[in-house]
Amino acid sequence: MTTLDLLSLDFVRNALVAGVVLALLAGLLGPIVVGRGMAFSVHGTAELAFAGGAGALLVFGTDAIGWGALAGAVFVALLFGALGRAQRERDSVIGVLLSFGLGLGVLFQSLYTGRSANKFGLLVGQIVGVDVGDVLTLTAVGVVVLVVLALVRRPLLFASLDPDMAAARGVPVRALSILFAVLLGVTVALGVQIVGALLVLCLLITPAAAAAQVTASPTLASVLAVVFAEVAVVGGIVASLDAGLPISPFVASIAFVIYLVCRALGALRTRRRASATDAALATG
Amino acid sequence: MTPSIRLSGAEVRRGGRTLWTGLDLDVAAGEFVTVLGPNGSGKTTLLTVLLGLLPLAAGTCEVSGSAPRRGSSDVGYVPQQASVDPLTPLRGRDLVGLGLDGHRFGLPFRGRTERTRRVHEALLQVDALELADAPVGALSGGEQQRLRIAQALVGDPGLLLADEPLHSLDLARQRTVVDLLERRRRDHGTAVVFVTHELNPVLPVTDRVLYLVDGRFRIGTPDEVMTSETLSELYRTDVDVVRVRDRIVVVGAEDRLVHTGGGPR
Repeated sequence: MTTLDLLSLDFVRNALVAGVVLALLAGLLGPIVVGRGMAFSVHGTAELAFAGGAGALLVFGTDAIGWGALAGAVFVALLFGALGRAQRERDSVIGVLLSFGLGLGVLFQSLYTGRSANKFGLLVGQIVGVDVGDVLTLTAVGVVVLVVLALVRRPLLFASLDPDMAAARGVPVRALSILFAVLLGVTVALGVQIVGALLVLCLLITPAAAAAQVTASPTLASVLAVVFAEVAVVGGIVASLDAGLPISPFVASIAFVIYLVCRALGALRTRRRASATDAALATG
Repeated sequence: MTPSIRLSGAEVRRGGRTLWTGLDLDVAAGEFVTVLGPNGSGKTTLLTVLLGLLPLAAGTCEVSGSAPRRGSSDVGYVPQQASVDPLTPLRGRDLVGLGLDGHRFGLPFRGRTERTRRVHEALLQVDALELADAPVGALSGGEQQRLRIAQALVGDPGLLLADEPLHSLDLARQRTVVDLLERRRRDHGTAVVFVTHELNPVLPVTDRVLYLVDGRFRIGTPDEVMTSETLSELYRTDVDVVRVRDRIVVVGAEDRLVHTGGGPR
């Protein structure tokens, strides 16, 4: 079958829709994650989503994976959200919980005796296993996250990018931090089921980090992050169909290439600005 | 005319400790009040009260005739210079815009042209139009402080609160910041409450000094407050105040005046 034939299959279409929704959410949350310096806590949240999903699979079976992942991710995201801004303490607490979550997840997986595809899916993604029900759930959750995000976007940006000033202006910095943790936890839990725990970072971090290299506008950064995430996911799915391999390596590679290109562009931009400043100083 | 600030019998407590009590202070429109005192004397806490973030334990506080309200556009706030990560997606115009409506929830579609105009005007007031599209993290400390002042001015406030805005700036940059605040109060009658450890950079523009030490305080013109007698009383130890040319040097309380930084939490 050609790629075009494959694209007409129901499960492929489900996978694409799921990927598009996930990339939209990840692209919108990404710049705030990067702005708040939360890349590591996203990784920790993903590992706990993995542990939650694996635990649910062991105890309740495949139908419960999503709920288990959601419970694990939101629980730990709330914990991270409440940690405050002391970077060192945050880092070590995340490291402690991340390794514990990973250990638990591995334990649950070794105790599980069912299909091995169910196991690996949580780590490396199982987008072809997405059915119509999953797509509907994902879309519904996506709409809720989008609406909440739209309503709190300005104070959230303020609290994330300029926290002291936001606090002085009466923005509820702490409450927003916890709310953002929940949005992030939900998105990570969904991402874990589609691209897998190991690659959630490549949708939540890489596109936003690439965008931050080429623009300082928060709005444009969000738009670019969404575009980059969409290209990585849709490109990754199509390419994996063609090659008959899991989607994760393709998504990760496309995102990485985008990041490299943006870094190069960013370096050029900085150099040009520096030489413009020099020229301005030289002429007076 | 309604005073910009009216505090009467004001008392503030933090962590079970009374920082100051019985503070009466009226600040008129266009007045420049410099708040001095050692760390922990409640200088920043005074600003926290005026920003509407901390209620008084006793007494009353009015800002422009009504109780202080968090996020009020009538109060502008200039913080200590803090470093911004170079990759933070934030341009000069975004930083200023956050000062206008960053605290508001809801969809941001209304009044975009008006918003752009006000941000432009605020940037113009601090001669920072060329910084509008620059990433904030890539700017120097002085440039960032100019943007901070624009951010504080964008709501067209009747009262400006500044918390150590000169900290870690060199002398030329300090002068720029003081000049901008001075110009604003002259042209717009904006009252300024300026918290600092270092009186000299603002001495020429200071109308009155509020000096806080361990719950005791004095209010008056710099000539009234900055005397050996008054400061010795406040510090309860021998303090000498010496005038050297147009500077005031305080000798004897150095260990209490060391700057350790810290913004509002």
